Amino acid sequence: MTDLATTEAASGVALAETDDSTAKLHRNLFIAIAALLVVAPFVAYPVFVMKVLCFALFALAFNLLLGYGGLLSFGHAAYFGMASYVCAYTAKNWGLTPELAILLGTAVAAVLGTVFGALAIRRQGIYFAMITLALAQMVFFFSLQTPRFTGGEDGIQAVPRGKFLGLISLEDDRALYWLVAAIFLGGVLMIYRIIHSPFGQVCKAIRDNEPRAISLGYRANQYKLMVFVLSATLAGLAGATKAIVFQLASLTDVYWTMSGEVVLMTLVGGLGTVFGPIAGAVVIVAMQNYLASLGSWVLVVQGGIFVLCVLLFREGIVGLVAKWIKKPL
Amino acid sequence: MPEDIILSTSGLTKEFAGFTAVSGVDLKVKRGSIHALIGPNGAGKTTCFNLLTKFLPPTRGTIVYNGRDITGEKPAEIARLGLVRSFQISAVFPQLSVLTNVRIALQRKRGDSFDFWRSERSLKNLDAEARRLVEAVGLSPFLELTAGELSYGRKRALEIATTLALEPEMLLLDEPMAGMGREDIERIEALIRKVSAERTILMVEHNLSVVASLCDRITVLARGQVLAEGDYATVSKDPRVVEAYIGSGGGHGHH
Repeated sequence: MTDLATTEAASGVALAETDDSTAKLHRNLFIAIAALLVVAPFVAYPVFVMKVLCFALFALAFNLLLGYGGLLSFGHAAYFGMASYVCAYTAKNWGLTPELAILLGTAVAAVLGTVFGALAIRRQGIYFAMITLALAQMVFFFSLQTPRFTGGEDGIQAVPRGKFLGLISLEDDRALYWLVAAIFLGGVLMIYRIIHSPFGQVCKAIRDNEPRAISLGYRANQYKLMVFVLSATLAGLAGATKAIVFQLASLTDVYWTMSGEVVLMTLVGGLGTVFGPIAGAVVIVAMQNYLASLGSWVLVVQGGIFVLCVLLFREGIVGLVAKWIKKPL
Repeated sequence: MPEDIILSTSGLTKEFAGFTAVSGVDLKVKRGSIHALIGPNGAGKTTCFNLLTKFLPPTRGTIVYNGRDITGEKPAEIARLGLVRSFQISAVFPQLSVLTNVRIALQRKRGDSFDFWRSERSLKNLDAEARRLVEAVGLSPFLELTAGELSYGRKRALEIATTLALEPEMLLLDEPMAGMGREDIERIEALIRKVSAERTILMVEHNLSVVASLCDRITVLARGQVLAEGDYATVSKDPRVVEAYIGSGGGHGHH
């Protein structure tokens, strides 16, 4: 009996230790990210860093759905782009302050996500992906056909960055940068919490084995809808923020290639890892920027990287590192 | 005195385009018993099982559990009523740790887990109970492994621990011994006997020696219909049962 008790205690301690060491590693990584965010605008062009942060948040939101909910949406551009339009429109035409415009854009993405999610989760696998794509294309054609709202082919240009809370002017890139960095960090922390919450546990269980989760009494569809809405909302937050950064909302943001790009970022960075999408966004956005002189050849290079990624390291950059150090990242 | 029936079906029928897989099955499972559903390949056992667990909707007939008509319920709802199934292919959550697998089931006691804003630490109070269940099925050394890394037999043991975490009133086991070695079979058999003390078990099983030693009552299905019912001695002597098994090419009929 003593034997048993000791073994049990020992395994308990070991478990607590691994849990703690992973948590500590993650905490240190968050501190490192925060430090990088502070240094970044002084060593790199702030607008470039802000672009990376917006896409990283978009990829993180997408990864929440695919990596932890097991749902492949091929229409995330709809939430990203629609939030971007709403934010740009209200900031420009209604004169909303940037934070309110961003919040409103995000809220619209949440509503859109609820409606589309409720329709899409009725199907599974490839059919789910096709429905999300079809719905997102509807949003694209809506945007194309309503130039009074979206500006059609021109998009909504010269969106004022305005004053944060009506007080602090964001015209200066550095000033805007701190807002974007704060939004990004808040988004990452929120996603981290979702993944590690009781809700996140059930999502992962459904991702791993849906019939089993149902047989334990979980109403899987409700959890899937919830994670879908959370993901769409955060994608909207990223899109709305991007509209303020670039002072532009355009058809590119709602087009299906945008949905494809976020899949690419997530896969390159590491699907189902906490930090992978950030790495993926850095790589893809940096490539688009620094290889811009190649013109359309950037797409070919992107395609090549995607092929290499799938052939050589399916876990993605961060997934590979996680395998080396034998700890979830 | 009437028998205490926990689960019964009447006229249960399932038709797939032009083919009747289950036809007018009347089944009565006594509370506290271990009841087996056996039959040659293609007899409709698995279909019948999926009807009972609501993973398939019946074409006709009714299912009554604890005096309540559950014919129209969804699978997640009957689990909430205390009727929990296992799967033929070992059903674990492969990317989650052994401890988390069991804890997912224990989490059900909190009701729905839609709280995405709360830390995982709020589940720590379930860990002790999860460890106890993991230990009960002999998996304590593997607590931190992900379930996907376990051997087949151990996955099944984990599945049983997860199922028991719900404290179900009735267990439906779909071929719990399928694909297992002798050692594993003995372990799972002992486990089933142990957990049957306070609950009812209905199992589909191919391994007749397991059925003979474990089950109180046996229903034999053939071509979607009930062929015979009774204890092992009665059923195994029934000439129709012997004929069904030999007629189907045998393979399971030796005893």
